[in-house]
Amino acid sequence: MMVVAAAREIRDAELVFVGMRLPMLAFALAKRTHAPRAVALFENGVAREAPAAEMLRTMGDPANLRGATFCGTMLDVMGLLQQGRVQVGFLGAGEVDRFGNLNTTWGRRGSATIRLPGSGGGCDIACLAQRVVVLISHERSRLVERVEFLTSPGFGSGNGWRRAQGLPLNSGPSAIVTTKGVLRFGGDGEAFLASVHPGVSVEDVLDSTGWSVRVADNVAETPPPTEDEFAAIRTLDPDSFWTAA
Amino acid sequence: MTQASQSESKLVSLLEAINTHVPSDSMVLLGAQLEQMIPFAAAHEILRQGRRNLTLVGPISDALFDQMIGAGSVARVMSAWIGNASEGLGSCFRRAVEQSQPNSIAVVDYTNFTLALALHAAALGVPFLPTYSAQGSEILKRNGNLREFASPVNEERLIAVRALRPDVAILHVQRADRFGNAHLWGSLGVAVDGARASRKVIIVAEEIVEPEVIASDPNRTVIPGFLVSAVVHEPWGAHPSPVLGYYGRDHEFFADYHERSRSAAGFDGWLKGWVLGVNGRVGYLAEIGGSRLASLAVKEHAYSAAADFGY
Repeated sequence: MMVVAAAREIRDAELVFVGMRLPMLAFALAKRTHAPRAVALFENGVAREAPAAEMLRTMGDPANLRGATFCGTMLDVMGLLQQGRVQVGFLGAGEVDRFGNLNTTWGRRGSATIRLPGSGGGCDIACLAQRVVVLISHERSRLVERVEFLTSPGFGSGNGWRRAQGLPLNSGPSAIVTTKGVLRFGGDGEAFLASVHPGVSVEDVLDSTGWSVRVADNVAETPPPTEDEFAAIRTLDPDSFWTAA
Repeated sequence: MTQASQSESKLVSLLEAINTHVPSDSMVLLGAQLEQMIPFAAAHEILRQGRRNLTLVGPISDALFDQMIGAGSVARVMSAWIGNASEGLGSCFRRAVEQSQPNSIAVVDYTNFTLALALHAAALGVPFLPTYSAQGSEILKRNGNLREFASPVNEERLIAVRALRPDVAILHVQRADRFGNAHLWGSLGVAVDGARASRKVIIVAEEIVEPEVIASDPNRTVIPGFLVSAVVHEPWGAHPSPVLGYYGRDHEFFADYHERSRSAAGFDGWLKGWVLGVNGRVGYLAEIGGSRLASLAVKEHAYSAAADFGY
């Protein structure tokens, strides 16, 4: 459901900055369903219009390079991002907080603090994409009041923070898509629960979120996957390597 | 660089290239093309030669930095992402940062864009380049090579990314001539700037071809030979990472490494079995075995159309 909800955040003909793992699948799904003209950008320097012929483990897999629209440098695609021409970017994280800030540098496992891989291009996308969509497993330890380490900025401490830091206008978090629902952001920069996935209750979301999250008055059920979406996922990930969880 | 030196072959063994150009304490750029064409053969030779106190530079590192850190060769990492791209966290990286095992390392966190800009600045010969990225992040506060400044041309604040000039860049390519003129295709990552930013360049090539082959398509000559110090012929030298037109990614090898490196003892066994205890790259490939290599080889060639340089 998370991949389906993520794919729906892509609009047709948009430039999409795709990270590794689930966002790759979300993009491929969107291409095969409602956004056939979307273009994927990868930080290794690749732009793709035609979906890759097979599921990718990394953005550098040969299947992602053969048939690409463009193979260039990292600065080629990061330049497009910095110009403000990339409409949406996908990011995962160890932690996300109520203002959409992300931590991919330091994590927690039980009582231990563990070192995570770091930003990659995550901070760049969080700073510069018009809309940022965060994908994360919905757990109290991961949707937190305040991130331990701010790797990639969301709305910082609230409305006005991004501009004060010098970040571009028309940029910032748009949605947090979790295993339980979809959160969106109010004008004050704080996330609220917009929809719950089929079979998930609002109470379950409240219990699983590390802050007292606001709930939209008209909180809805995330529309379940359509036949087309199911079929596309079965084609893209036949062994459920990515969508097992 | 004189005309005369251009006509001398730079072709050497991997052992000699590393021995000559990668001493301990070096700052080494590796993994410039991200998940494809990672110079594993060269990095493993660095470990066999027992180099210490290295600074590793690279945007992301798909298992390679983790291996070098676990082997105790690394003092500092300047990178945006250190892990195992298809499998997750890097266990050796974690042990070094969290427990100083086998030694403590300094981690200078970058973002991909800011690391690319640092190399681009060096390639352009300027002390820094500006960006909007990283503003508001903890990375900016902790990385002394990223500094806020007031724009001289408008009212904005920007980040100055300090130029980064590695001692040596090791770049894996599809083909090169014996002078180091190198053809490289697929995603280029930071390879173009990396070669120009670094004081020395070692080219590791799947194939060595005649200079006429390279000269026939100068647009594909991503690295000109006059920047190159040594050329090494090392087929399968990027395994388990992929090389477009030569072989695919050995996903299982990355998964096996991930499992075995979970414990320090497991990693030590892996290191002995695949790096320290094998007879160079020949021994490594023998260990992999012909049938596994055959299963990774190109199944279906896909040649580009020829470009006509005639006039």
